[in-house]
Amino acid sequence: MNEPRTLLSIDGVSKNFGRVTAVDRVSLDIRENEFFALLGPSGCGKTTLLRMLAGFETPSEGRIMLDGRDIARTPPNKRPVNLMFQSYALFPHMSVRANVSYGLEMERLPAREIRDRVDSILATTELVPFADRKPEQLSGGQKQRVALARALVKRPRLLLLDEPLGALDKKLRGAMQLELKRLQHEVGITFVIVTHDQEESLVMADRMAVLRGGRLLQCDTPHTVYEHPADRFVADFIGVMNFVPGHLDNGGVRAADGTRLEGRGTATPVGAGTSGATGAGVAAVRPERIRLFPPPQAANRTTGKVEALAYQGQDLQLHVRTALSDRPFLVRVTADAADRRPVSVGDQVELGWDAADVRIFAD
Amino acid sequence: MAPALVWLTALMVVPCALVLALAFFRRGIYGGIDYTFTLENFGLVVDPLYAGIFLKSARIAGTATIIAVVIGYAAAYAISAAPRRLQPVFLFFAVLPFWSNYLIRTYAWIVLLNREGLVTQLLRWLGYTGEPPSMLYTEGAVIAGLVYNYLPFVILACYAPLSRLNPELAEASRDLGASAATTFRRVILPLTVPGIAAGAVFVFVLSIGNFVTPALLGGGRFQMIGNLVYDQFLTANDWPFGAALAMALIAIMLLVLMAQAMFADRAAGRAAEATGGADG
Repeated sequence: MNEPRTLLSIDGVSKNFGRVTAVDRVSLDIRENEFFALLGPSGCGKTTLLRMLAGFETPSEGRIMLDGRDIARTPPNKRPVNLMFQSYALFPHMSVRANVSYGLEMERLPAREIRDRVDSILATTELVPFADRKPEQLSGGQKQRVALARALVKRPRLLLLDEPLGALDKKLRGAMQLELKRLQHEVGITFVIVTHDQEESLVMADRMAVLRGGRLLQCDTPHTVYEHPADRFVADFIGVMNFVPGHLDNGGVRAADGTRLEGRGTATPVGAGTSGATGAGVAAVRPERIRLFPPPQAANRTTGKVEALAYQGQDLQLHVRTALSDRPFLVRVTADAADRRPVSVGDQVELGWDAADVRIFAD
Repeated sequence: MAPALVWLTALMVVPCALVLALAFFRRGIYGGIDYTFTLENFGLVVDPLYAGIFLKSARIAGTATIIAVVIGYAAAYAISAAPRRLQPVFLFFAVLPFWSNYLIRTYAWIVLLNREGLVTQLLRWLGYTGEPPSMLYTEGAVIAGLVYNYLPFVILACYAPLSRLNPELAEASRDLGASAATTFRRVILPLTVPGIAAGAVFVFVLSIGNFVTPALLGGGRFQMIGNLVYDQFLTANDWPFGAALAMALIAIMLLVLMAQAMFADRAAGRAAEATGGADG
């Protein structure tokens, strides 16, 4: 397989609003035809970055190269990029068809071509029965599809989506995640989605960038970001993580009670200079990597008391109080395993996990 | 509901009915009213002499309306584009003249426009040496006075829909390839037309019946329909004809208001009809 082509290159982009730095020297590449997610808590700069890609903000510094051309200063109506707004921003005085046609009318295309392309995108987004309705007569999911159709019909090089599923209820959101991915595959357009929902980006994105305080923390595939988070914030923000605070000790962490937690043998602690680093650090392990009744070869083990049980259908979440940290350990057990060896609140249990499943971060 | 109806009847319907009744009688020989039924007062209203004054009044009110809408919309647009916390301040200043007396506000224009007034002085200061221009007691002065007095109505009427407009709509239009001008014409303007219509009707209705501004700024030579009514009642002592003129004026105002109501109703009706059609 050959290397996918870079479509958009964000090169050292910063944005200041007065004394506030919303985006701080971010550089990342977005590849042709990928589904890319910009993820971070609110105020992390992801929306400002998106608005710079759309042309509503001009970077204070840096370049935005699209197909090798710097578009940082190109006005929004002159760049082959379209944005699907979080509020959808459908024109309330126009029908669905008129909303979708608008962008093509601006390109001064022949009426016939406009009609054909609008018909085709309305069919793709299953909006044909609603073509003559006004936005106020549509449900949230239908409005979302109109907003999508209106942007897609322009056949942009890059489609930006600002929290596209934010306004939908949870069940519909799950369905639309898969729907968006299917559509993206079908139309062959590069999607950049902004979201604060880490689960959403894990499900949908081919690659994702995690931002915090205007800085890029990590840019990689969801799998790598989840399994090999670049720092403690990313580890905490993506999914659920158990942290054991302590002191760095030769590739591991010595917890407050003296227990030594073994990290990956070859790894240097993330954020520390050398493997011989000392000082405060944390060991991190995912709940699904912890085993109840561990086999003898598990490098890390501890005992604790089950404080709470949360049944979640396909699996069971345990809160286990240990001597390792102040916070209870979260342990996820499959329903199957829980059926074979039931545990109940108050039980004393043994926990164990492999060194390879531990990430060590310097504090 | 009932007390409101009583008030409305006592203070609006009865006086109007009395004036309407007056219009069907003859004028007494020495003033006063001769209570014999006639339609000749209404015949006189459509006489070219008086119909001409109606037309002139409509033209002046129409011109004032157009100018007030253009200036008022621009001002409302600028205010709605200002930072949120400054908007109430700008609105306050836009409406401030409204809190002074109408007569005083109109007199101020005499100070501005008379032969040695501020405008002439400004022209002199700029190097103009010729005869002072005659600005006071012209149709232009009347229009300026009307525009000035009713501008706050337009600003307030246009500000409401402009400030409620989701700014992302304009951004969406730009994003889809529209220029700033096209965005204004196809998105912002259509969505704020109700405010423009409300402001315009206000200015037109208040202007066409106005008699203070033409009396002060138009001089004696200048008559609008309001002055004519005023003269019939207070100078010519022809109350029946004055009543007929007043009724004709009220009829014009009602027509304008009804046209606006129908326009607003049709917009609402279209939406309702579309809902029914889509479900059926």
